[in-house]
Amino acid sequence: MAGLSFDLIALQLFAGLALGAIYVLFAIGLSLIFGMLTVVNFAHGAFYMVGAYVGLYLISLGGNFWLCLVAVPLLVGLFGLAVERILIRPLYGRGIDYPLLLTFGLSYVMVECVRIAFGKTGYPFDTPEVLQGAVDIGVGYFPLYRLFVIGATAVVLLALWLFLEKTSFGLIIRAGARDPQIVRVLGVDVSRVWLIVFGIGTAIAGFAGLLAAPLQGVIPEMGGTILAEAFVVTVVGGMGSIGGAVLAGLLVGVVVSMTSLFAPEMAKVSIFALMAIVLIIRPQGFFGRAGLMS
Amino acid sequence: MTEATGSIKQPRATTVGWYEFATRHRASIAAAVILIFPLVMPFTALAVNILIYGLYALGFNLVFGYLGLLSFGHAALFGTGAYLCGVAIVHFGWPWYAAIATGVLGGLSMALLIGVLAIRTRGIYFAMVTMALSQCVYYLFYQAVDLTGGENGLRGINVRAIDLFGLRVDFINPMTRYYVIAAFVIAAFFVMSRILASPFGAVIEAVRENEMRARASGYDVTLTRLLTFVLSGGFCGLAGALQALHLSIVPIEILHYETSGLVVMIALLGGMGTFFGPMVGAAVFLVLENLVSVWTVHWQLIVGAIFVACVLFFPAGIWGTLIARGRR
Repeated sequence: MAGLSFDLIALQLFAGLALGAIYVLFAIGLSLIFGMLTVVNFAHGAFYMVGAYVGLYLISLGGNFWLCLVAVPLLVGLFGLAVERILIRPLYGRGIDYPLLLTFGLSYVMVECVRIAFGKTGYPFDTPEVLQGAVDIGVGYFPLYRLFVIGATAVVLLALWLFLEKTSFGLIIRAGARDPQIVRVLGVDVSRVWLIVFGIGTAIAGFAGLLAAPLQGVIPEMGGTILAEAFVVTVVGGMGSIGGAVLAGLLVGVVVSMTSLFAPEMAKVSIFALMAIVLIIRPQGFFGRAGLMS
Repeated sequence: MTEATGSIKQPRATTVGWYEFATRHRASIAAAVILIFPLVMPFTALAVNILIYGLYALGFNLVFGYLGLLSFGHAALFGTGAYLCGVAIVHFGWPWYAAIATGVLGGLSMALLIGVLAIRTRGIYFAMVTMALSQCVYYLFYQAVDLTGGENGLRGINVRAIDLFGLRVDFINPMTRYYVIAAFVIAAFFVMSRILASPFGAVIEAVRENEMRARASGYDVTLTRLLTFVLSGGFCGLAGALQALHLSIVPIEILHYETSGLVVMIALLGGMGTFFGPMVGAAVFLVLENLVSVWTVHWQLIVGAIFVACVLFFPAGIWGTLIARGRR
C-alpha cells in the first residue's frame, strides 16, 4: 500500500461524509416515519427517486437548481401527504406488516409510472454551474458540490432539530412518538400529526434524491439500492432514533468510502458486514431502545 | 394473521365435513391437482414455472404465514439453491440428483447463516435485516465471477436426460420435464404437510399466536424460529435448484430484491398461512403476468396496483377468503 498519504485518507474521509450525508437524510425520514407511525416505508426509495425526477423535470422546464431545492421537497411532500391520507391511514391498527406491504406495492407502481413518463434509461443530472469545480480544504482539493451536500444536510438537520425541540408542534410529535394514546387522551388529533410527519419524511427523501442526482445520475431503479443500505443505517443506528440515524449514516458513508480505497471489491459488502457485527454485539443498534421492537 | 389449516382448529360440525377431509388429505389433493394440471394448462412451460414458484412460495409461507415473520430476503435462499445446483453441474460435472441435493443443502445453510443474524432482531426489524443480508448475498455472488459468471449469469446447465434406475427420462420434452419437476414438488408438499401436522408444527403456530405464552410453556422460541427459517430455506433451495435445471441458466437477477418481493406478493395473493394458498397465488400471479404482458410492457404497474388493492381490501388472499367462506 505505497503512496497512501495522510492527505489521501483525509480526502477519502470527506468523500465518505458526503456520501454519508445522503444516507443520513434518507434514513432520518425513514426513522421519523417509523418512530411516529410504526410504519416501515418501503416506498421511501421511490420517493427519493421521484424527488430526483421532479428536479430533472423542473430544470427541463427552465427552472434552476436553487428553485428545485425548495420546490422538490414541497411537491414530493405533498404527494406523501396524499399517500398517507388515502392509502396508509385505513391500515392503522391492522398489524405492523400491512403498511409495509402496501408501501412495497406502491413502490412498484411509482417506479413503473416514472418509467412510463421518462423512459427506462437513466439521465445525467448536471451539477449547477456555481457548484462545479473543487476547493482546497487544507488536505487537498475536494469537489465543491460534495461540500455543498454536506452543508445542505447540516442545514436540514438543524432545521429539523429546531422544529422538533423548539416548537410546540415538535413537542407533540415527540410526545406522540413516545405514547400516542396519552397524546390522544390529551385532546390532540394524532392522525393529523401522523399525516404531517409522513409528509415531512417523504419531503426529506425527495430532497435527498435531488441532492444525490448530480452525484450518480437519475434512473428509475435508484431507490431500490439505497433502501437496502438505509436499512443497514437504521439497524446500526437504532430504529426510530434521529441521533442514531445521523451517526450511523455518516459511519456507513465513511466505511463505504474507506473500503473502496483499501479493498474496492469489498466496498458494497462492507456495510453489510458492519451490520452483522452490530447485530451480534448490540441487536437494538447504537441508540435503539431494547424492547421497542417487540 | 389469517386462519391456518392447522390441526389445532375445532371446526363446527355441520358443513365442515369436506373441510376436515381436505385438511387431512391436503398433500394428496395437492398431488392430484399437480398431476392433472398440465393437461388443462395450454402452456407447459408456464405450468412448470407455476410449480417452481409455488414451491418457492410454499417454503416462504412457512416463515411468513405459519411463523408470522415477514422475510424480505428469501431471494437469497432461492438463488443460492439455484446457483449451487448450477455450479455442481457446470464446474464439477456432478449428476443431476447430486446437484439438486447440493441446491437444497445450499438453501439450508444460507438460511442458517441469515437466520442466525436476523433472528436476533424482532418484529419489523426482521424484514429489514433479511432484505439487507440478501442484498449482501447478491453482491457476493455478483463478484464471484469465476464460479457464478457474475453479471452474465451462470450458463450451460445442460441436463438432457435423467437416468432413473436404468430408465432414461427425456428432460427436453416439456411434458416429461413437467412430471420430473412435479415429482419433487409433490414430495415437498408431503414433507410440508408432515411438518405442519407434527407437534413441532403446532409449536410454530403457537409462537406466531402468542410468543410469551409459548415461552412460558417451556418452548425455546428463538430456536423454533431459527429451525423454521432453516426448513424454509430447504424448500426454497429445492425450488431454486429445479429452476436452474428448468432454465438451464441462473441469471443474477434471481438474487435480486425483486425476487424476494415476488414471493411476498404470491403468498399474500394466494393467502398466507394456508396450505394451498402459495400454489394458488403462484398460478394466479403468473397467469396474470402472462396475460398482462401481452398487451402492455408495464405489467409491474398493474401487478403493483393489484397488490396494493389486495393489502387494502383483500388481506386474506384468494384461498384464505375461500376458506373463510366455506367454513361459514
